[in-house]
Amino acid sequence: MIYDSAKRKHPAIEEFLALFRYRDFIYQLVRRDIVARYKRSILGIAWTMLNPLGTMLIMVVVFSRVFNAVQNYPAYVLTGLICWAMFSQSTSHSISMMVWGSRLIQQIYLPKTAFIVSTVIASMVNFLLSLVPLFIILAITKTALGWSIVLLPFSMILILLFSLGVSLLISTLAVFFPDVEQMYPVVLTGWMYMSPIIVPLEFLENVLNGWLLRLNPFYHVLNIFRIIMYKGGVPTGQDWAFALLVSFGALIIGWYIFTRKADSMTYYV
Amino acid sequence: MENSQTVIQLEDVSVRYRIPNETIRTFKEYLIRLVQGRIKHNDFWALREINIRINKGEVFGIIGRNGAGKSTLLKVISKVLIPYKGHLWIKGNISPLLQLGAGFHPELTGRENIFLNATLLGHSRLEINEKMDEIIAFADIGDFLETPLRTYSSGMQSRLGFSVATAWQPDILILDEVLAVGDSAFRNKCINRLKKYKERGMTILMVSHESNQIRTFCQRAIWLDHGEIKMDGPAAEVCESYENSVLKSSGNS
Repeated sequence: MIYDSAKRKHPAIEEFLALFRYRDFIYQLVRRDIVARYKRSILGIAWTMLNPLGTMLIMVVVFSRVFNAVQNYPAYVLTGLICWAMFSQSTSHSISMMVWGSRLIQQIYLPKTAFIVSTVIASMVNFLLSLVPLFIILAITKTALGWSIVLLPFSMILILLFSLGVSLLISTLAVFFPDVEQMYPVVLTGWMYMSPIIVPLEFLENVLNGWLLRLNPFYHVLNIFRIIMYKGGVPTGQDWAFALLVSFGALIIGWYIFTRKADSMTYYV
Repeated sequence: MENSQTVIQLEDVSVRYRIPNETIRTFKEYLIRLVQGRIKHNDFWALREINIRINKGEVFGIIGRNGAGKSTLLKVISKVLIPYKGHLWIKGNISPLLQLGAGFHPELTGRENIFLNATLLGHSRLEINEKMDEIIAFADIGDFLETPLRTYSSGMQSRLGFSVATAWQPDILILDEVLAVGDSAFRNKCINRLKKYKERGMTILMVSHESNQIRTFCQRAIWLDHGEIKMDGPAAEVCESYENSVLKSSGNS
């Protein structure tokens, strides 16, 4: 095993190969994330399912009269909330994970994307678990689902890739500027209210002629999930095209920028 | 390389830290200054054109005052810090002894932490399972194996850390002022293990501002001063010159 600083590959490729070598490390980080979070609570992993249900109930009680035009509001809110939880958890936990990891990368070589990838995978596990309460609510509200449910894994993968891309971007920023960690929750709250999560889709469609919605990348990945799980329909080719563009676009840009900056991270953290 | 005995080679390695003139540590400020075009840096050279060649099996010491660039040099060699200039060539795998508590998680049990820590050093689950009993025996944590790490004393934590880090013989071991693990009985156990590895050809890199440690363990040493190599040679001679200079400067002040 010979390391030669003059013969390094492109950082984006080098990082990918290193990530594969450290796959057992990623597994341990994911495990750590899930185990440590629930170890000292009585209900344990059940919180992952109860959390979105609780939030949904509050939203339904508070907003169902305001937004009573929305058909089957509980299912609308819950589909939005669990997708949003996946995205917001991935991105904000990635930042705190980099803070934890910064102690390590000062002392030992590690593929730095491992911290982000493992965080996003851990959020994905929660996302999968939160499908359980969703199916319960869909059954209670007698929401009709079609054969398009076979497309569910693909829509979840798109949300995963989008979350990974944004996580890479935001944690790169957070390494160089510590105030990003303080600023980001505010950004997330604003982003959430500009997305059709609690706020009805019809309402946002009228803001700025719908451009607020169209320019919101999260809307495009959520859209696919909602069409499948809430409307019971099949997304059109255009729906898929936008979602693919947004998720792969975020991932490619995020991966490129993170790995380009990875070498200089140890100079800052 | 030309010499088959070489395991580490540094050619003209320089590390430059850029320190902003006025500290800009917030994103908002950065954006404002970027627009105003007012981002200026002071350059600080932590290492200047370092040339070192270390052979297999050497115990190599790095001595110098605080801020002389010792830890920076170790970071460069362990591939943590990518130098601004220069060429680094390494043969074999490198294992640093982590600082106490780094890479551990307080809520996980001892066994879970062994897995976390060992995968972090680049080992696979299979390799860890093979060595598990040995790691547990060496760390001597007994009944605490299945309890969360937050219940461990700091001595137990450092024993566990050392036990994991040295369960596999690395080609190159890096010690950054850490041989103060546990009580004297455990320290002897550690030194014995390192001696055994050394006989099998492990290279050791050691950093200290204490010349006694370097003199005791190392054959060869360099003396770093303000990021430059002031002296390179047998450990005893380098340590003597270093001590003299420290004595002289403390006499002056």
